Amino acid sequence: MTSDAARQPLISARALTKKFGTFVAVDAIDFDVAPGEAFGFLGPNGAGKTSTMRMIGAVSPRSGGQLSVLGTDPDQHGARIRARLGVVPQEDTLDTELTVLENLLIYGRYFDLSYAEARIRALELLDFVQLSDRAKTLVEPLSGGMKRRLTIARSLINEPDLLLLDEPTTGLDPQARHLVWDRLYRLKQRGTTLVLTTHYMDEAEQLCDRLVVMDKAKIVAEGSPRALIEQYSTKEVLELRFPAGVQDTLDGQLDGLGDRVEKLPDRVLVYAADGEAAATAAHERGLVPETILVRRSSLEDVFLRLTGRSLIE
Amino acid sequence: MTAIAAPAPRGRAFNFPGLRKLEHSLFVYRRVWRGTFFGTLVSPVLFLSAMGVALGSLVPSMTAFGGVPYLVFLAPGLLSAQAMQTGTIEGTWPLFAGFKWLKTFDAMISTPITVRDIVLGHLYWLFVRIGIVTGIFMVVAFLFGAFTSPTFILAWPSAILTGVAFGICMSAWTATRKTEQSFSIIFRFIVTPLFLFSGTFFPIEQLPDQIEWVAWFTPLFHGVALTRALAIGHDLNLVTLAIHLAVVLGLLVIGTLFAFRTFRKRLVI
Repeated sequence: MTSDAARQPLISARALTKKFGTFVAVDAIDFDVAPGEAFGFLGPNGAGKTSTMRMIGAVSPRSGGQLSVLGTDPDQHGARIRARLGVVPQEDTLDTELTVLENLLIYGRYFDLSYAEARIRALELLDFVQLSDRAKTLVEPLSGGMKRRLTIARSLINEPDLLLLDEPTTGLDPQARHLVWDRLYRLKQRGTTLVLTTHYMDEAEQLCDRLVVMDKAKIVAEGSPRALIEQYSTKEVLELRFPAGVQDTLDGQLDGLGDRVEKLPDRVLVYAADGEAAATAAHERGLVPETILVRRSSLEDVFLRLTGRSLIE
Repeated sequence: MTAIAAPAPRGRAFNFPGLRKLEHSLFVYRRVWRGTFFGTLVSPVLFLSAMGVALGSLVPSMTAFGGVPYLVFLAPGLLSAQAMQTGTIEGTWPLFAGFKWLKTFDAMISTPITVRDIVLGHLYWLFVRIGIVTGIFMVVAFLFGAFTSPTFILAWPSAILTGVAFGICMSAWTATRKTEQSFSIIFRFIVTPLFLFSGTFFPIEQLPDQIEWVAWFTPLFHGVALTRALAIGHDLNLVTLAIHLAVVLGLLVIGTLFAFRTFRKRLVI
């Protein structure tokens, strides 16, 4: 790789648009992904993340704008781009009739690997995702987390320059999620460029160097997780939960407690640099919440600020 | 041009359009063939002994059957019908799994495999699968003494073409389906009537005149007629054979062209 090429973005989108009939799924978005970066699309379901990923993955033609992936137009040279991508789709597309190892072998064949080469890589990858002892078993009895790890192993069989992960841990229990995150983190450290979509703010915070927040087919903010939190939220958040019915009677009593007060159906969020100080102030005003929690601001708060809604509804 | 140099290909293997999809089908078949093999073997034995031998012993070698024993008349008809059924099955449920239940095709198109490869690979697979089923049938029928002419071997490719033509047409249609509900209707109202009234068990001349011409427009009739003429082997009329072959090949080509369109519409969205 020349130093000149290294400065070129791996993905570059300008006014990228996807329409299904009259429905606009992706509305003229701009973004760049640099080599070696872990880049995220954060947003609720239906924000246009998957449609964007499918256009990057050269399986879905764009409706408008420009898109360059690995320096090439995916609508023109789809197969050539796909040869260098790894794709982890939102829904598992494993061959349940085949064994774990066979799934990797046949997938390696799709990339024109010889059987000998595909087998060497498959065994290495099964080791990497900690499924070596399952190589000869059928896919169907595997747990959701194991299937996810197998899908990740499969996506790496062609040693991709760019790995696309659509909701990599949706539907997994916390332990399985951490295992997947750990493997993705190792890939990131090896320098693999990751592009992922998620509606979990903790996932985005853990894995992404940089992310864009998507809502209703548009990008509403862009930056590193830390920068986004600094820009759109306060350092800390005071969460107050009141007995049923009490919250609606508090008009005016919460004003000025912090920089900003956000009322959710089940609790009140007070944004403040010092959460403890805000809690003390609330006590002094005679407020008696059922529970009090002071926490650091997260991307969830950024999203709430930007859209007025929660990520997971 | 690509901005970043692609890694040097390592261990790159021989390939041609559709080959990888065929390999996938063979991978799966290697896992499941035992489940289908017994039925594939037993079905011709049952049909040929019950209808060809037992019922056939009551049927005189009439000119309507080309002057041959009923078993000799029946075997190529059953052969073509079995090819049609196999093609139709392969073009419905297992194919639909690739689109909807397992999403195998979604996985394929996120690799260098294209929609064209998927259609071609599926077409090759129809040839292989129907070739196996009809090949077993040919062996069983041969052992029953159903083949008397050396041209009988040509009945095999003829039956395969018939089955593939049905299979690829069904496949093109299956790609447009959102659910599997209509598949059993296809079998009840298209496959079974064709099986019964396309000359499999009796010559279509036996049908009432108003219905007989309908049989001429059913694709299975042409497949059966071609396969039977080649199997029995005497008085071959090359013009008639060419017409039958043209209908079967025409169906195969049209089905394939439609499959390119419907598969693309289904997968590239």
